[in-house]
Amino acid sequence: MSKVEFMQGNTACAEGALAAGCRYFGGYPITPSTEVAEHMARKLPKVGGTFISMEDEIGSIASVIGAAWTGARAMTATSGPGFSLMMENIGYAVMTETPLVVVNIQRGGPSTGQPTRAAQGDMMQCRFGSHGDYSTIAITPNSVQEMFDLTAKAFNLADRYRVPVFLMSDEIIGHMREKIVIPDSVETVSRRPLGDGRLPFAADPDGIPGFAPFGTGRHVHVTGLTHNERGYPDTTDAEAHDVLVRRLMRKVESARREMADYEVTNPDAEFVFVTYGPPSRTVQQLMHDLPDENIGHLRLKVVWPFPEFALKEFADAKVFLMPELNMGQIAREVERHVDQKVVMLPKIGGELHTPAELAAALEAVR
Amino acid sequence: MNVEDWFRTDRLPHIYCTGCGNGTVINCTLAAVTGMGWKQDDTVFVSGIGCSSRAPGYIETDSLHTTHGRALAFATGVKMAKPDLNVVVFTGDGDLAAIGGNHFIHACRRNVDMTVVCMNNQIYGMTGGQGSPTTPMGAQSTTTPYGSAEPTFDLAELAVAAGANYVARWTAYHVKELTRAITAGLQTPGLSFIEVVTQCPTNYGRRNKQRKVSEMVEHMRSHALLVEKKRRLEAEGRAIPEGMFTVGELVRRSRPAMGVRR
Ligand SMILES: Cc1ncc(C[n+]2csc(CCOP(=O)(O)OP(=O)(O)O)c2C)c(N)n1
Ligand code: SF4
Repeated sequence: MSKVEFMQGNTACAEGALAAGCRYFGGYPITPSTEVAEHMARKLPKVGGTFISMEDEIGSIASVIGAAWTGARAMTATSGPGFSLMMENIGYAVMTETPLVVVNIQRGGPSTGQPTRAAQGDMMQCRFGSHGDYSTIAITPNSVQEMFDLTAKAFNLADRYRVPVFLMSDEIIGHMREKIVIPDSVETVSRRPLGDGRLPFAADPDGIPGFAPFGTGRHVHVTGLTHNERGYPDTTDAEAHDVLVRRLMRKVESARREMADYEVTNPDAEFVFVTYGPPSRTVQQLMHDLPDENIGHLRLKVVWPFPEFALKEFADAKVFLMPELNMGQIAREVERHVDQKVVMLPKIGGELHTPAELAAALEAVR
Repeated sequence: MNVEDWFRTDRLPHIYCTGCGNGTVINCTLAAVTGMGWKQDDTVFVSGIGCSSRAPGYIETDSLHTTHGRALAFATGVKMAKPDLNVVVFTGDGDLAAIGGNHFIHACRRNVDMTVVCMNNQIYGMTGGQGSPTTPMGAQSTTTPYGSAEPTFDLAELAVAAGANYVARWTAYHVKELTRAITAGLQTPGLSFIEVVTQCPTNYGRRNKQRKVSEMVEHMRSHALLVEKKRRLEAEGRAIPEGMFTVGELVRRSRPAMGVRR
């Protein structure tokens, strides 16, 4: 029997993780993400899991990677400054194909910025923040329900593709309280085990190697150095590096259709809002207040890898409007893929766009 | 089980310079692990970045070669998520005490059940011989061309102060004592820290009038002062000779520990 509750977004995130079988959390307190850690601290010991408040965010993600290699579903939660500190080890997780979930409850930046205000300023950092070339997955919930559902989904994507997956939420969704339906159980996808006789970093046909957790006798050497299929360092051979890094990118990029998760409203519209996270709620309000089939809405729940084909669902689109709580980070990604005009509607400082602001923006382009 | 069985023979030759002390430390560690009767399948070696941290790559177990300075945080995750695994960490003085200083003191404070072996060659070896937090005052390095002017960390004392359950220091010359100390560390629940002063002829000795490996080893032998003897000298109010460092077992205790197998 599923149960209905009234819950905070951050708590729902922790509940989603627990339902998905997360059994390790390493974190460091930072507003506005702290309630995720606090809830995990209360709940994990009761289900046989481990919670540790590490000495900093570098240690947090390091410990999460270590835990993930024992086979555990593991996660951490943070906000901008902590996310910045994690970047080196996020690259390590990419290079070593370690499945884990990083929750980023975004706040205003740069630097310590606005700890208690919402922002979407880390969307580019989560895609490009660590050094080198890589690709990864970012999910953007817009409700308390989705904090639960999409956190659980994040673990499945992490395990399926063996990458760090980012739940890119924000202060608004993290701190709001809403009705939520908690299901009895959630669907879980397991890591594919390393086949007998297979090398630990030799990809299967889908570009992803099987996983052999520590303690199962496969003697896997895990290194952040460029490595061969056995996992041994191979740092000067141009081809070895090329083959590895291209595969790491391709395994994510080639699955963008499989991973895509978005909502299309009024596909025949000429004026199309493209949103992710909380600005989508303002657009929903606007469309409720101003019923007009000529206003469309594409709401992304998975932003990276970017589902450019979703934009093509609006065959008659003349203008794409992009309200974001940053200076236009994903608008540029949209621009790369469409011939139509893209209007950036950046808003920073912590407040959501009002429906009136979006209505005015719409008027201006009509 | 022999020590040889623990080597990844398909990875040889190793990258260490001729005369480097790291091989001795690996041998002593594996001798201790073998002596414990540990199984390869249940043992995980973790390290950061540096010459010393390459050690797990030559050992036939699951192993995690991580980012610079972070080995203890990674190892904490491994051990806390799966206490059934035996966790041994290899690290260097730069890895542990410079970039990793914060993880070091907190791992000791938590007293996570693992054994940390630090190969202290008093220099950043892998990056070519820059001064580290253990480079002695006055010593030459590529970043201390006029002689290091900074006071150093005493890593073993730091581990004692931070709360590790077992702490010892030996050198690459003291092969038997070192093996015994590592064994004691493996046996002790909680965090065991074994500092090993090692020779790096390539980047330290060459610049500090110890051109030959034998000179470096002789220097370690003649400047190592048994901790019991040091305490006696102090009790008698006698001076500790210049340039000496203590070796031996600094602490063995049973503070509350984390990650101990139930
Ligand atoms: C974040 C980061 N900073 C710097 C480096 C470069 N680096 C690699 S090894 C090393 C020093 C290693 O010294 P130590 O830990 O004493 O080990 P040794 O090589 O002497 O055994 C440094 C600074 C790095 N890999 N990562
Ligand atoms: S540089 Fe020094 S520490 Fe590194 S392998 Fe050579 S001798 Fe050993």
